[in-house]
Amino acid sequence: MTDVAINGELPLPREPSYLGAGHTVASWLGTTDHKRIAILYAATITFFFFLGGIAISLVRLDLFTPAGDLLSDDTYNKLFTFHGVVMVWFFMVPSIPGTFGNFLLPLMIGARDVAFPRLNLFSWYLFLAGGFCTLYALIAGGVDTGWTFYTPFSTMFSNTHVVAAALGVFIAGFSSIATGVNFIATTHMLRAPGMKWFRLPLFVWAIYATSLVMVLATPVLAVTLLLVIAERWLHLPIFNPDFGGDPLLFQHLFWFYSHPAVYIMVLPAMGVVSEVITCFARRRVFGYDFMVYAMVGIAVIGFFVWGHHMFVSGQSPYASIVFSFLSFIVAVPSAIKVFNWTATLYRGQIGFEAPMLYALGFLGLFTIGGLTGLFLASIPVDIQVTDTYFVVAHFHYIMVGGTVSAYFAGLHYWWPKITGRLYPDIWARFAAILMFFGFNFTFFPQFIVGYLGMPRRYHVYPPEFQVYNVMSSAGAFVLAAAYLLPPLYLTWSLIWGARASRNPWNATGLEWKTSSPPPRENFAVVPHVEEAPYQYHPEGVAPEHGGENYRAQGDQT
Amino acid sequence: MSVFMPEAASAQAVQTDQIYYVLLALSGAVIVLVGALLLIFSIRYRRGSKAKRGALPPIMSKEFEIGWTSATLFLALFIFWWVSSSQLSALVAPKNALEIHVVAKQWMWKTQHSNGAREINELHVPLDKPVRLIMTSEDVIHSFFVPAFRMKKDVLPGRYTETWFRATKLGVFHLFCAEYCGSEHSRMTGRIVVMQADGYARWLAAQPEGDGLAKAGEAVFRARGCSGCHSEASKVHAPNLNGLYGRKVQLADGRTVTADEAYLRDSMLLPRRDVAAGFEPIMPSYAGILTDGEIISLTAYIRSLSGKEDNPQ
Repeated sequence: MTDVAINGELPLPREPSYLGAGHTVASWLGTTDHKRIAILYAATITFFFFLGGIAISLVRLDLFTPAGDLLSDDTYNKLFTFHGVVMVWFFMVPSIPGTFGNFLLPLMIGARDVAFPRLNLFSWYLFLAGGFCTLYALIAGGVDTGWTFYTPFSTMFSNTHVVAAALGVFIAGFSSIATGVNFIATTHMLRAPGMKWFRLPLFVWAIYATSLVMVLATPVLAVTLLLVIAERWLHLPIFNPDFGGDPLLFQHLFWFYSHPAVYIMVLPAMGVVSEVITCFARRRVFGYDFMVYAMVGIAVIGFFVWGHHMFVSGQSPYASIVFSFLSFIVAVPSAIKVFNWTATLYRGQIGFEAPMLYALGFLGLFTIGGLTGLFLASIPVDIQVTDTYFVVAHFHYIMVGGTVSAYFAGLHYWWPKITGRLYPDIWARFAAILMFFGFNFTFFPQFIVGYLGMPRRYHVYPPEFQVYNVMSSAGAFVLAAAYLLPPLYLTWSLIWGARASRNPWNATGLEWKTSSPPPRENFAVVPHVEEAPYQYHPEGVAPEHGGENYRAQGDQT
Repeated sequence: MSVFMPEAASAQAVQTDQIYYVLLALSGAVIVLVGALLLIFSIRYRRGSKAKRGALPPIMSKEFEIGWTSATLFLALFIFWWVSSSQLSALVAPKNALEIHVVAKQWMWKTQHSNGAREINELHVPLDKPVRLIMTSEDVIHSFFVPAFRMKKDVLPGRYTETWFRATKLGVFHLFCAEYCGSEHSRMTGRIVVMQADGYARWLAAQPEGDGLAKAGEAVFRARGCSGCHSEASKVHAPNLNGLYGRKVQLADGRTVTADEAYLRDSMLLPRRDVAAGFEPIMPSYAGILTDGEIISLTAYIRSLSGKEDNPQ
């Protein structure tokens, strides 16, 4: 094998693609190929995404009427708990890192695999084991604590399967940690010759920052859940105030993980969007250095803002003011990223293929989600809206409007690379637009009804809130329809879709230099990197119409 | 209640709404700015459009980036300063505030006025008088939420939390439990009734004759055996409670604490945590023996020994 500089084309590999490298079940379940593991994750999280979606569809259906005629109180509580637990830990957290992180990190840095391929497979099995454990809790009768497992309700009062659910999350946490360690080691050790830190694509930086947060924050969640299990099973009074325990201790520990976890969910999305916007605007990313610092800054400051979940909890008001301050500060790097993505469009040659529509959707929804974060960082406003639908709307704008949009952007952008097939772009654009409007119909009314005072997790509610709930529920079914489209046309493309070339979007980045789909070892030769990412146009000169590479449409080989 | 804004029925509500409006205006401006730029760039620089590309203007450089970073940072700091300074002044309830005790349990609110009058899932309060709520829970965490007052505070088992409000509008307002507390969480609601001061006085007088809290506490003090050690006639070496409330207490381990509600409660339930200097830690714990209601009455009784019993009229 010889080193080849990437400013020329790499020779295409002759071996079969990773998909053709084996067709038995064992070749999948025993694989150590990061690309196949990515597919295993994709299948698993898709399964969980639709399970969580079904649960919340029933909840939204029930909320059409103020009296909650459809479900019983307990069923309602179990359904929103199931939705939260499944969506957070079995969809959002592993979503982009587990699929695109696994598939692309080695490709983007010019490696043949991750640093610890067997640990990588083990991560998936842990994730699966955790998932089954939590699913058992559902089938055995459900959990009614909310995804937050607040004590002393979860440890002393709930009569549901809290231990099984918490154990599932505990196990899945180790999957996060192992994946994080793996990605950190991979980024440090396996970069191709010439791939310096500041030549890394922003997606790699995003996955790297996410991995740091996973490794540092997840152990705290593990300890917290163990304490919950210890109090429930062994009656060890950790949180029980009757024996001098402190119920607030749980909230500090829980949010010490769960606020950084928000960044575990959104940083990878920022990485995906950076790749997609540059490609479809045909522009170098604006302010690469700042984008990197902003992501690292978010990852670090994100550890020190957990107390803003507890402004009304009874924590010291002076502590609240410090947390309020830090929460305002953490908004700054996010704002910078939004400005930089917008500035990246300036003088581009912007194409509106499906991945770009999803990415632009991300930009708009993430901006609204981020700005409403300022409301929550302001203590007097937070006192009014915390634990109301305002908060529900806010974090769905970040996680669903933001991360899920970015997940779909990435799915459509890298689909030809992953599967070697092209999907019908017109359907994909339609789904993207439907998703954007369905999302806003669902969640925008929740900001209003939240400020009006409707608490979250309410099965029955005063009739004056009905109009907003009807809008929200109607929107939810539009959104559900939009989510059902991609599985249909993407599955269609697997069988009838045209074959994709190595680089159908004419994008930069090492993943596009090898065949679609790539072979087991990714590259026929070790690539040698000699330039920064996103070389869509010469430095300082915007891409002219008809110039080289001005179009997001690539070679046909 | 309008379509977008809840009724503003307290002094705090007006302040909170002001902050809310400013943040709305600011967010609106940012959304319009980002949205307009996205729209303009998307149209003007769509693929193949005639708009000028070529050499990028030098202003699109690091200075630009540093500029908007500092602007954003400054704006964030400014809003923080403005919001927090208005927050600090509202932290402590005024001295003349009316005191109401709240006990939350799955799934009801029990409120008690200083003269002992009790209500369930309801609270009558006078207009324009500060009302201080001292709250505790008998089981899980609840949250006392009155949207029209822009007021919310979690109610915890095993400790007291406090908040206060001054109602500025007559009427009946929602009381919600905002912290998820189990099966009937969404049914743990009630009404706050704001009345004219004289109407409130008449209402309070018309309530069934309950003993005053302090008087009820005195009965508990004897019935539960507290008087066996803590009365003046006792031969047991135990702290004298006369004039204790509100005083600084020297503890055996050298710390000094103020004898407030929380200290008194801890002394009953966890007597070995804060042992007063000069006394043997011989007091047994009353955890599981005293109900939350009894603790509140006992506390009121101990306060009355310091001549600090509140008179609502």
